[in-house]
Amino acid sequence: MSNVFEYAPAPESRAVVDIKPSYGLFINGEFTDGRGTSFKTVNPATEEVLAEVAEASDTDVDEAVKAARRAYTRVWSRMSGAERAKYLYRIARIIQERGRELAVLESIDNGKPIKESRDVDVPIVAAHFFYYAGWADKLKYAGYGETPLGVAGQVIPWNFPLLMLAWKIAPALACGNTVVLKPAETTPLTALLFAEICQQADLPPGVVNIVTGAGDTGRAIVSHPDVDKVAFTGSTEVGKAIARAVAGSDKKVTLELGGKAANIVFDDAPLDQAVEGIVNGIFFNQGHVCCAGSRLLVQESVADEVMARLKRRMATLRVGDPLDKNTDVGAINSAEQLAKIRELSEIGEAEGAERWSAPCELPANGYWFAPTVFTGVSQAHRIAREEIFGPVLSVLTFRTPSEAVEKANNTPFGLSAGVWTDKGSRILSMANRLRAGVVWANTFNKFDPTSPFGGYKESGYGREGGRHGLEGYLKPITTGGDR
Amino acid sequence: MSRIDVRKTYKLYIGGQFPRSESGRSYVVNDARGKLLANAAQASRKDARDAVVAARAAFGGWSGRTAYNRAQVVYRIAEVLEGRREQFEAEIRASEGVSPAKARAAVDAAIDRLVWYAGWADKITQVVGNANPVAGPYFNLSTPEPSGVIAVVAPRGPLLGLVSVVAPLVVTGNTVVVIASEDHPLPAITLGEVMATSDLPGGVVNVLTGSQAEIAPWLASHMDVNGIDLTGVEDAELATELEVAAADNLKRVRRPAPDTDWLAEPGLDRMTQFLETKTVWHPIGV
Repeated sequence: MSNVFEYAPAPESRAVVDIKPSYGLFINGEFTDGRGTSFKTVNPATEEVLAEVAEASDTDVDEAVKAARRAYTRVWSRMSGAERAKYLYRIARIIQERGRELAVLESIDNGKPIKESRDVDVPIVAAHFFYYAGWADKLKYAGYGETPLGVAGQVIPWNFPLLMLAWKIAPALACGNTVVLKPAETTPLTALLFAEICQQADLPPGVVNIVTGAGDTGRAIVSHPDVDKVAFTGSTEVGKAIARAVAGSDKKVTLELGGKAANIVFDDAPLDQAVEGIVNGIFFNQGHVCCAGSRLLVQESVADEVMARLKRRMATLRVGDPLDKNTDVGAINSAEQLAKIRELSEIGEAEGAERWSAPCELPANGYWFAPTVFTGVSQAHRIAREEIFGPVLSVLTFRTPSEAVEKANNTPFGLSAGVWTDKGSRILSMANRLRAGVVWANTFNKFDPTSPFGGYKESGYGREGGRHGLEGYLKPITTGGDR
Repeated sequence: MSRIDVRKTYKLYIGGQFPRSESGRSYVVNDARGKLLANAAQASRKDARDAVVAARAAFGGWSGRTAYNRAQVVYRIAEVLEGRREQFEAEIRASEGVSPAKARAAVDAAIDRLVWYAGWADKITQVVGNANPVAGPYFNLSTPEPSGVIAVVAPRGPLLGLVSVVAPLVVTGNTVVVIASEDHPLPAITLGEVMATSDLPGGVVNVLTGSQAEIAPWLASHMDVNGIDLTGVEDAELATELEVAAADNLKRVRRPAPDTDWLAEPGLDRMTQFLETKTVWHPIGV
């Protein structure tokens, strides 16, 4: 079908960002070279090498933890909550001031569309710091005590580099902890720009330390004996390794891991809205979303109609240059992730599901995957069970609400779920029965600093966001005579 | 000639029934002076797995009851326990060799603890839940929900310790498989009799007696168990092993608490540690 939505290119200018040829680590308020090797970060939309980034060695991590400990004992834990709050407000304001720069850099390093980094990621990042800033001097009202844990080791993924940084750093600092944070190896640049923002805010040295690197650096942080808290967002596999690594220690852990969310569409749902929700659920951020609605459960009686409307809508998605303001779906973040998406999609076909991809021209360079939907998927298929973490939707059908619940809950994950129906009582009944940490009813993929986020079962434990998000960064109130 | 008393056979409590261990094993339980009290059932891997099946089967119904109803059932356990207090005092004195006053204090505290937790059933949601003022036209509410099937290694303190770890889980809607104190298992089974006659549905609490080191690893690695409370694990190495095994399906883990004063008033943490927070969004519009 010919594209009825022809748009002239509308590229956002890159001039606003200044990418250095190489980056060091941010330890104790300063950029240092690091003792390990370095790695390259590339623009996934073009495969252009953006910069060389230092890979933090065990010694570097140790130095960062020491800096964080010093800052914790000498400065940050002694500062009043009101003063900590002011630093966080400053950071929030600088993020707003430098919002365009952060958005462009995020899109370049990650591959996500500029309209998303500009309108979703960066505004929520600023809001997150603004929200937790206000908690810093109000902890005694939150119900989790007021004693910080100490040094927090935080490891974050590549799908929302800056947003995940905010989810980790803002509550940690508000509660009086200092942090050593490792951004993902494919998306380190906005975290390093954030380090610069900490300098601009005159944040005391050592309160925030950013160490770049891959798995080994992450392991060094998690297993460091002077780290009191581990916060991780990423794969369930690594989450389990972390849970094993901290066993027997006193470290407090929060894990935000994988998902295989069911997005359930009933026959009385407003179908056009539901289709928008399905598209948003799985194609937002190229499907690189742990809470993506990657399993569509559609009531049998409307399945054909929903599929027809969905395919029509998918054909209008604009896939391409992340910096083009019209782009809906950007680049897959890395060659490795692209290979994984391709592999699971091939397995989907081999197992007998029917594959359909939106007709779209993909750029010659870079990592791309057309929005794809599989129909005739059974619960046993790997594409219905495993997290693909890409723009690939698996469609299953159901007849009764109970069958929908049964299928939705038939997964080791439990991060999120969606329900589409016009019947209020059914929404509440479904929301009660779905074993997931976030349930979106007649909406999907909504995030807010005030709203707790996190999973059931193998999607991890602990909550980020809202009042609940403070709990992971404070010492439990001593109770029950536990000494 | 004096009457020969009728001794009780102490068995397991699984799915509302009192089966022997399927392994056919038992172990000797002596009183504080070393005299035989009973042969307690020595639970096996299979018993542990049966208990998990029973707990899973009971979870939907129990967690689906109204909070008010769960409160009444837990309160009812306290009522029935009060009525059988002499029996528990005698068992505690026999097994631990403590004074009558100490045994009475332990039973008092156990009953009061059940009453305290019973009242939480319909309040915990209000205390730990939240309405969230998101920046957009959405209704957004966070509420606690039970994690599911929880395995518990009960501490010493055959009645009060046991009640203190089990009641907070049950009242919030979880179902439980508990390994009783290895040295003093008998009051746990008698408590099973109390629960069985307190309108607590079968399978909500399942009591295993036997070797902690033998049974706990099977529960820690069981893929249909959602959380594990290691309160009663005194061997640090075993506790670490159990926590490692629990990572296989990311169980919520409560680490051991060797020095707990069970007479002190508990906080919320024994409830909240095995609660999930569910956040539901809905657009606001006409």
